[in-house]
Amino acid sequence: MTHSLQDMRQQAAVAAKVFVQRDYTSGTMCQFQTKFPSELETKIDKQQFEETIRTLNNLYAEAEKLGSQSFIEGCLACLTAYTVFLCMETHYEKVLKKIAKYIQEQNDKIYAPRGLLLTDPIERGLRVIEITIYEDRSFTR
Amino acid sequence: MKSREYQQIDPQALPTPVRTPPHDHPQAGGGDGRKEPRRTPRRKWEVFPGKNRFFCDGRIMMARQSGVFPLTLGLILVTSGLFFIFDCPFLVKHLTGCIPAIGGVLFVFVLVTLLQTSFTDPGILPRATPEEAVDVERQIDDTGNTSYRPPPRTKEVLINQQVIKLKYCFTCKMFRPPRTSHCSLCDNCVERFDHHCPWVGNCVGKRNYRFFYTFIVSLSFLTAFIFGCVTTHLALRAQGGKGLVFALKESPGSAVELAICFFSVWSILGLSGFHTYLVASNLTTNEDIKGSWSGKSGEGVTNPYSHKNIFINCCSVLCAPMPPSLIDRRGLVPAEESAQTSGMDTERPKLNNKSEMNVVGGSLHLVFDVQESCSDFSLLLNQTKTVPLPARSLVACYSPNTVSVCFPVSECCVKVTPLCAVFQLLSKVCIDHAFYWVWLVVFYGVHQAQLLVCLHQAYIMEGNCLSFNKSTEITVFHCSFV
Repeated sequence: MTHSLQDMRQQAAVAAKVFVQRDYTSGTMCQFQTKFPSELETKIDKQQFEETIRTLNNLYAEAEKLGSQSFIEGCLACLTAYTVFLCMETHYEKVLKKIAKYIQEQNDKIYAPRGLLLTDPIERGLRVIEITIYEDRSFTR
Repeated sequence: MKSREYQQIDPQALPTPVRTPPHDHPQAGGGDGRKEPRRTPRRKWEVFPGKNRFFCDGRIMMARQSGVFPLTLGLILVTSGLFFIFDCPFLVKHLTGCIPAIGGVLFVFVLVTLLQTSFTDPGILPRATPEEAVDVERQIDDTGNTSYRPPPRTKEVLINQQVIKLKYCFTCKMFRPPRTSHCSLCDNCVERFDHHCPWVGNCVGKRNYRFFYTFIVSLSFLTAFIFGCVTTHLALRAQGGKGLVFALKESPGSAVELAICFFSVWSILGLSGFHTYLVASNLTTNEDIKGSWSGKSGEGVTNPYSHKNIFINCCSVLCAPMPPSLIDRRGLVPAEESAQTSGMDTERPKLNNKSEMNVVGGSLHLVFDVQESCSDFSLLLNQTKTVPLPARSLVACYSPNTVSVCFPVSECCVKVTPLCAVFQLLSKVCIDHAFYWVWLVVFYGVHQAQLLVCLHQAYIMEGNCLSFNKSTEITVFHCSFV
């Protein structure tokens, strides 16, 4: 979290929180709804928001993808009685780190200047993307 | 809690109090210059709401009831031990040295996968935060104030052109994702819930199903292998007309192994076969038992999660990327929620900057913002008299963080000796689908009377002592009036 964000959190008041729910139309895969919440209409461009969500969805799809690499990893893990999971970082965890970096980058560049804050869904059990809307006032007490 | 009264919270019911804007979180030892010891931050597993047990500082977890897991472990160790002690020497001499090697590999496989099944997070979904719960609540139509439990809420989604109903979980305060089920033994929602296995002492869900499957498959191999070896061993010994009894007397351990293996191999083989079928059709035990996709409820109901290809189904269940644990056991509880010790013995409780009181027409109207959460302190109260407050004072919740208590003033001005306290159970209240007991505790100091309203989920009262043990969560509001 950047210093400015920390300042903002301490000084600004939370006006509202918007929750972007999960989208289950393609099954149990982790995807989020791209529907633009009405509370953000005055705060951010619809295209920008949808772009963020779409990128996140692609990243999560990459994490859960059943490719040849994951198949090889799975077979290898099975042969070692899954003990490799104790020593190695899994593919999913690697992508989660990518996602965390992407969210921080989005917050710094796009959302913080507009008084918004994206919370990494992993901190909410991959249930929702929590967007905090801060009160629109100057950062003085 | 035996009798639960469900009270719909109507935020519009009471007159809106003057709300003080939230200040920064006050530092410990705030206004009176008292330095309070800052407690070491706790790990999230210590405040985990489900019924689980944690070991090694949150690295290992199991269900609270370990079931027959010690029995499972014991049987495997005993049988394998007897095998290596009694049968292997004979078979190595008469047959081949591969036998203990194969047995050893299988034994290690079984043990490792068993421990992984039991000690891994099965895919527990953390409970929804209060803000999320309020948001979900808002999206559902409310039928107004009712005094009974509202009907179960469902949401319909379309998955692969099939209509699936998502149920609302009252404990976890969220709509359960598809294939998720709430385990009543562990009190958790588990993703891709298969079943709660007492033999491994844990739920079997998305994250540990592959361990479980490998465990039962390798166990069936091990059991069959030991059974075969023991039979061969006894047959070889009984050769030459010596008889089975003679063979058994020479190797008594084999009799035990034979008995255990004979009775367990059929059920384990059966279980392996059943789960192989489930894996190949991408089903869970839960769905199979309920017959969700068998078409008995209607026509054209097929499993929407199946890839229609046995190989792909097997891959997606056993070789898919390992999903992460969502409950973050070893993370630290954020500073706003971490416990603060406040000297609650006979010292006066601190003044709460965020609270205020109005005397409104003969009644005392107190508004508190949730500021502190204490645990592990006991209030030693000199109870001289309990205040006969009305059985149900008016309590309502305006937001997840503010509680308003309103009760007649005359009944709270009780003449008691200084530095004593009275306490009274005010009410049971439901806030965000969780039930709390609201206590009124009054400290009368020499110059100030101080009032405490404790919001607590479970309480222990022994004599004059109201104590809250470490595992319970309480919220204490301080207020002071002259």
